Amino acid sequence: MVAPSLKLQDLIEEIRGAKTQAQEREVIQKECAHIRASFRDGDPVHRHRQLAKLLYVHMLGYPAHFGQMECLKLIASSRFTDKRVGYLGAMLLLDERHDAHLLITNSIKNDLSQGIQPVQGLALCTLSTMGSAEMCRDLAPEVEKLLLQPSPYVRKKAILTAVHMIRKVPELSSVFLPPCVHLLHERHHGILLGTITLITELCERSPAALRHFRKVVPQLVQILRTLVTTGYSTEHSISGVSDPFLQVGGHSSKTMTNTSPLSSTQVATNTDTSRNAGNAVLFETVLTIMDIRSAAGLRVLAVNILGRFLLNSDRNIRYVALTSLLRLVQSDHSAVQRHRPTVVDCLQETDASLSRRALELSLALVNSSNVRAMMQELQAFLESCPPDLRADCASGILLAAERFAPTKRWHIDTILHVLTTAGTHVRDDAVANLTQLIGGAQELHAYSVRRLYNALAEDISQQPLVQVAAWCIGEYGDLLLEGNCEEIEPLQVDEEEVLALLEKVLQSHMSLPATRGYALTALMKLSTRLQGDNNRIRQVVSIYRSCLDVELQQRAVEYDTLFRKYDHMRAAILEKMPLVERDGPQADEEAKESKAAAQLSEAAPAPTEPQASQLLDLLDLLDGASGDAQHPPPLDPSPGGALVYLLDLPCAPPPPAPIPDLKVFEREGVQLNLSFIRPPENPALLLITATATNSSEGDVTDFICQAAVPKSLQLQLQAPSGNTVPARGGLPITQLFRILNPNKAPLRLKLRLTYNHFHQSVQEIFEVNNLPVESWQ
Amino acid sequence: SEDTQQQIIRETFHLVSKRDENVCNFLEGGLLIGGSDNKLIYRHYATLYFVFCVDSSESELGILDLIQVFVETLDKCFENVCELDLIFHVDKVHNILAEMVMGGMVLETNMNEIVTQIDAQNKLEKSETFIFQSPRQDR
Repeated sequence: MVAPSLKLQDLIEEIRGAKTQAQEREVIQKECAHIRASFRDGDPVHRHRQLAKLLYVHMLGYPAHFGQMECLKLIASSRFTDKRVGYLGAMLLLDERHDAHLLITNSIKNDLSQGIQPVQGLALCTLSTMGSAEMCRDLAPEVEKLLLQPSPYVRKKAILTAVHMIRKVPELSSVFLPPCVHLLHERHHGILLGTITLITELCERSPAALRHFRKVVPQLVQILRTLVTTGYSTEHSISGVSDPFLQVGGHSSKTMTNTSPLSSTQVATNTDTSRNAGNAVLFETVLTIMDIRSAAGLRVLAVNILGRFLLNSDRNIRYVALTSLLRLVQSDHSAVQRHRPTVVDCLQETDASLSRRALELSLALVNSSNVRAMMQELQAFLESCPPDLRADCASGILLAAERFAPTKRWHIDTILHVLTTAGTHVRDDAVANLTQLIGGAQELHAYSVRRLYNALAEDISQQPLVQVAAWCIGEYGDLLLEGNCEEIEPLQVDEEEVLALLEKVLQSHMSLPATRGYALTALMKLSTRLQGDNNRIRQVVSIYRSCLDVELQQRAVEYDTLFRKYDHMRAAILEKMPLVERDGPQADEEAKESKAAAQLSEAAPAPTEPQASQLLDLLDLLDGASGDAQHPPPLDPSPGGALVYLLDLPCAPPPPAPIPDLKVFEREGVQLNLSFIRPPENPALLLITATATNSSEGDVTDFICQAAVPKSLQLQLQAPSGNTVPARGGLPITQLFRILNPNKAPLRLKLRLTYNHFHQSVQEIFEVNNLPVESWQ
Repeated sequence: SEDTQQQIIRETFHLVSKRDENVCNFLEGGLLIGGSDNKLIYRHYATLYFVFCVDSSESELGILDLIQVFVETLDKCFENVCELDLIFHVDKVHNILAEMVMGGMVLETNMNEIVTQIDAQNKLEKSETFIFQSPRQDR
């Protein structure tokens, strides 16, 4: 029992009447059930109506695959109405992926040979839309026959179907080659249009075809000329025909004789530019002139036409002009340069597509003579441009600056400006490049650091800028403080201000972890560059020893240890960095660190020993920082070059086997620890580092430590790092003893300590017991 | 698949509806359509956008013309076409478009030609229903 089925219009009305999407789905599902039932029953009368409804539903996005077989049945029917809907369904629902599509091949074959034009038209249309390779091979002879039919309607369709076939099955080119020349004689524009497309396709696919068609080029030109000189029959037909003509002209470029330039000029001068179609033709002419190897005069004419278009008020014209100029700028640079002012004006456009094109073209036009002016324009643009163009603009400016910078100072200024305006949008290697650049320009160090300091003082939100500024302040802090620099107005900068600024960067929530790392390292470097005492810096560093960020924590602990135990090495480690070679994007701090680690691990004497693995871990100070001094000397991650100095220092390179530390003295919170190092290259040598720490509430002052050894050994005492140990874990005093023991005599050591503690003078004399055997054997 | 198709339609509409009135009619396509090679060329008529997606071998201004021809043809076939006509007679719109663009290539740009063909086909259809003499009204 089949309820009377809806007409298509009624269904559409119902669907549109649904107020919510759920309602719509309901209506559609109900209708689809009807349609499915109707298909099952095989009702031939209303099948086309059901399929039409199904296609509408499919357009809305609902599944419609169950209609595929019905398409076949409809195509096979003899009624035109059925066929129409059936072919439309085939085009929309079937394609190469479904097996069912091959089944319509036979129906198409029948329809093609039938002789009823609309039907043939339908069949050809479907074939060209969804024809697969097998179908094309099967039906090629039919289509070829149709190419020569008298009716232009069928012929033009057949031609385009042939194009599709060639795209799917390139071997068929040979089949469709011969009729082409014949078709060129036609006057019907539709046929000519199709023929040109066919010839273009053939030429693109095989050079043999190209040779074949070179002979007809004069004929093509003739046709073009007739079209132009006899005026326009209908505007629209001209635009369609002329473009393909000129495209084919482009392909057979090598044989274009003087006849074609002549016709191109004719087209260029005769075309009525008041209508859009005329403009389209003109554009294609310009492009053709560019593609074929025309005389210089013609090319200049083309560029001038484009320049004229740039001044046109219609935005579409300007867009196409900009696009074409972009294509030309590589080959005709000087000609395009003449239109530079107009292009730069286009940067001010509110239209996003236009300004993007203008930006690309402007960047392409920058060369060494106009770089300063262009950069000014581009930087002004950077400040006002929409955010999605910022990144491109910034990287474009930086690249152009790199290639064409007249002076280093100008270069630094430009990069600085870009960083302050669009800092968040620059590429990651901009920071590395800038530091490299500044490092290399020695005479500009003072200038750079001042400018960066000023910029940083104003705004600490742009991360690349902050990173570079922090690095610079760290490296050249002394230049910042020392006084006047002629290139900038004199600025009195206080030590405290500099430190406060770096601390602000450290604490700001806007700073990335990498930025914090830069700031912390900069603070450390300043500890050697500034004159004042380092308590503030030490405080900051020790705060970050418990920071949650692992990288920051590691750095802070290392730096803190540097203060406490290896203070005598601090200056050497934190020296100014030598210039790093630029080896691409890897030239950043991490790479230097790993390179330094590689260097050091090569230099390490016994790589198989466990000590070597400690070396490679470099700074594994996180476990037990205070007690054991059996680490390799702490290696600051940033100054890669300074590591080489370390190995020359009198301090020992790491020994082959660690000797445990010894606590030799403890009184009221004052402790004395001994750590032993035996350098492998000199087995008679023993280095003892005595460290005095103070965990009490009172300071230890005037601390003096003296030592005595048996006569068979030689002792050398080096100067202590100080004679005050502040209370509550203040900076300890370290002192180095050098003991030569060539006879491997048993080691005995007597120590005498004198100091003031809690306003009392203390003196202690004792012998060190439990000296480890490894220290003298 | 249907889902992808709907997504493409949604994305295209989103891109085109954002456009101001006085900007140019060319857009770079979204990612789904195939990226930077393909362009969207559109024309805005009252409440409707006609969007053609083309590759780089087509002339942009020529396509603008083509859209104009298409709309004028629709106008001729439907007698002062309006939005509802397009909604309720989707199949007819498909037929007209099939006469202009076939297999992704421009077939015919002469409006009179196209209209003649459509008229001939409609006549053929009508003659068939006449023969059939079905009691129910067809479409």
